[in-house]
Amino acid sequence: MRRPNVGIDRRSFLKVSAFGAGGVLIGLQMEPEAKAQGRGAPAAPPDPHAYIKVAADGTVTIMAKNPEVGQGIRTMLPMLIAEELDVDWKSVKIEQTDFDDTKYAQQSAGGSTGTPNNWTPMRQVGAGGRAMFITAAAQTWKVPEAECTTTSGRVLHQASNRSLGYGELAATVATLPAPAPASLKFKDPKDYKIIGHSQTGTDVGAIVTGKAIFNIDVVVPGMQYAVFEKCGVFGGKVVTSNIEDIKKLPGVKNAFVIERPDITDAVLPGDPGLENGIAILADTWWHAQSARKQLKVEWNEGSRAQYSSVAYAQKAGELSKQAPQREIRKDGDPDGTLKGAAKVIEAAYSYPFIAHAPLEPQNCTANFKDGKVEIWTNSQTPANGRRMVMQTLGLKDNEITVHMVRGGGGFGRRLYNDYMVEAAYISKQAGVPVKLVWSREDDMTHDYYRPGGFQYLKAGLDGSGKVVAWRNHFISYGEGERFVASGAMGPTEFPQRFVPNYALNASVMPLGIRTGALRAPSSNAFAFVIQSFIDELAHAAGKDPVEFRLALLDSSAPVVQQGAAQPAPAGGRGGGPPGMNAERMKGVMHLVAEKSGWGKRTLPKGTAMGVAFHFSHQGYFAEVAEVKVDSANKVKINKIWVAADVGSQIINPSAADNIVQGGVIDGLSEMMSQEITIEKGRIVQTNYNTHGMVRLAQSPPVIEVHYLKSTYSPTGLGEPALPPILPAVSNAIFTATGKRIRQLPLSKSGFSWA
Amino acid sequence: MAFKLTVNGQTTSVDAPPDMPLLWVLRDVLNLRGTKYGCGIGACGACTVHLNGKAVRSCLTPVSAAANQPIMTVEGLSLDGTHPVQIAWQDLDVPQCGYCQAGQMMSAAALLTKTLKPTDKDIDTAMNGNLCRCGTYLRIRAAVHKAAELAANKAPHKSTGAAMQQEEL
Repeated sequence: MRRPNVGIDRRSFLKVSAFGAGGVLIGLQMEPEAKAQGRGAPAAPPDPHAYIKVAADGTVTIMAKNPEVGQGIRTMLPMLIAEELDVDWKSVKIEQTDFDDTKYAQQSAGGSTGTPNNWTPMRQVGAGGRAMFITAAAQTWKVPEAECTTTSGRVLHQASNRSLGYGELAATVATLPAPAPASLKFKDPKDYKIIGHSQTGTDVGAIVTGKAIFNIDVVVPGMQYAVFEKCGVFGGKVVTSNIEDIKKLPGVKNAFVIERPDITDAVLPGDPGLENGIAILADTWWHAQSARKQLKVEWNEGSRAQYSSVAYAQKAGELSKQAPQREIRKDGDPDGTLKGAAKVIEAAYSYPFIAHAPLEPQNCTANFKDGKVEIWTNSQTPANGRRMVMQTLGLKDNEITVHMVRGGGGFGRRLYNDYMVEAAYISKQAGVPVKLVWSREDDMTHDYYRPGGFQYLKAGLDGSGKVVAWRNHFISYGEGERFVASGAMGPTEFPQRFVPNYALNASVMPLGIRTGALRAPSSNAFAFVIQSFIDELAHAAGKDPVEFRLALLDSSAPVVQQGAAQPAPAGGRGGGPPGMNAERMKGVMHLVAEKSGWGKRTLPKGTAMGVAFHFSHQGYFAEVAEVKVDSANKVKINKIWVAADVGSQIINPSAADNIVQGGVIDGLSEMMSQEITIEKGRIVQTNYNTHGMVRLAQSPPVIEVHYLKSTYSPTGLGEPALPPILPAVSNAIFTATGKRIRQLPLSKSGFSWA
Repeated sequence: MAFKLTVNGQTTSVDAPPDMPLLWVLRDVLNLRGTKYGCGIGACGACTVHLNGKAVRSCLTPVSAAANQPIMTVEGLSLDGTHPVQIAWQDLDVPQCGYCQAGQMMSAAALLTKTLKPTDKDIDTAMNGNLCRCGTYLRIRAAVHKAAELAANKAPHKSTGAAMQQEEL
């Protein structure tokens, strides 16, 4: 994107741009103005000038500000703007912005926040733009603005039967101040022409012809390809290596050791940054990677080499027999109630570490030159990446340019920016532009893993089959009161507030590997445990699993904030955000029961349905799976029904269905086979052959998606569809076979896909 | 070593080690970046191209084994998105992140040259080597059926690669 040179004033630049470039980027902010607003503080309200560009011929270009990793945001945010701007979607071109926090707020992809955070601001951008075109036309015609209307990129003055296209008004609009948001009126949803109508992904045409540029495709003149060999044990240091021999190999341009200060804290920081290792640069990635295979390194692995999955499981077993290290929450008298309960059910659940493994391996291109660095990244959090690069290279924010390039999947992996810091550091060190590409093995063995965990549950039913007590001893990783990243459970985890006597206790053990947020963090594991255990309770009570859940949802105590006495534990939010609206969850439970014909269909022997619900990322999801299991424990999913309440509006229905179905399939992969294990501090699984995912033949033939439109503001879909599918399927397997699954992945219990 | 490669109808001479995978020759030497690296061990299918009309994993195909034979990449299906597979993929809005889709489409296109009207089972078998991390499988399956219909309803498609090859002959 062009940027004005400091020295020309804003209006003169706009004039130059309007006449010189065939298009007007309306209201480009001057750097000094931006500076005055202060970096990091999101400019609120958003300025339409920063988002909308109208050429003299009427071509509308809308800037897409957020990282695109497959969630469809590059299409969806411009849809919101275009709707309120009142232009034809077919006439809109979409352009990705750079990272620029002086102009754009919240340029990140995480937590399914894209929709709720932008629903109002992006419509304000569009409505503000429309208002300015009206102002410009009214000024031109010298008529009151109230007499002007718009349609399809034109302003109309019906009284005089005049109209002007936005292109004809663009130069005037460029000089107008952005209107105050309070003065703007949004369209009535019934008049929507873009929102609520399926729009093909903006890059699909480029994707199918191989022209779409993913981050791995970025080419910078003169760049060298880099690989970065790190110790398999986190933090391991190079003692000796044959690096001098490596430098002589064909195509190799450079090789050097990177040494970093030790991280001694037992709980690793969320994004520990640049690690120790050896960088190799070459003419092609293959030359660099081939040279790397000749590398002989003696590592000082440090104390983290002591850890293994077998030992973790053993330790968890020991901890489960001891008094919990600490109490996270206690309501009522769980222990006393359990003693007097008519029925007590006890179960131990566990789930493994898993890797993100987005299909595009981690990579970054960096060009360090003259004390500044230019970066091309598919980061989900470019702000964090820039901060880390600043800290590591000792740069100021205006010495870093961050280009946001399409990413081949994210799933949370690109919330972390280790590869960005590596590329920037290697480029600075080597003095050339560098394209760093990780191998798949690098990606699988240097991830921020979804933490595994263990939950020891005990619940009591009264004589009527009602849940009167719930106790969970949650065993995770950390030290003292701190959990590892994404390894916490919060004090409001379901069914807190729905069971009067509730205890959540926790114990932790030291870990030694990096952990982080994987799509629907903590929910992706907790929903399996909680909704499976609830199923156990339903069966113990002799109740229908749907009816039992509805009754549980009916027993909610009002939402009471427990005050500051119960802060969310460190290390990430728990999976159960407070404030789940039981009525909304009941709504999707009723809907999924109705659509799936729950309890109304006779199924053959070995075939059964299972149900589960989960609230996460402000989304209400209930799912039913119909599953067939044969005598060899081969599992076939006949059909899945999803019912979702994510508010009043599905913005792009085609993309919405796609991502919900994808979330379900992702969950099936996690359920059946994914597991990362650790031996001597190293990750055992190195590629997709040992950390697999669902393939076409295994994916369900039909995944029906139904939305319950409510009156609430729209929220996101990237994550909340995933968690309920794991327990829905495992509950169906129980009904079909009598085998209760309490350990993930299912392959550990002898199950496989049919 | 010098190898003669015919990619999408264009013949070029490439100087590369004989064991250098075709994938990296396409990407880093010929600058054809539509073909993607995903796993390097033939487990994901993101790098699928056609060699002699057959779908192969270019990450496992040494350049020496690909020389002197027609190679087609996603760019060779058509540059303007008019191959039936490309049309179907667009019509059904298949991609999420899109990274696997070049490989998916190359597997689909290879299937449709042999099997004009594939069943679900044919599709499952032919496409099973292509992972989609986003899970767009239901649309992929539907898009292969749609591409088969599109291909049946119009004259045989001339891919860019095939067209160029004919011109050369």
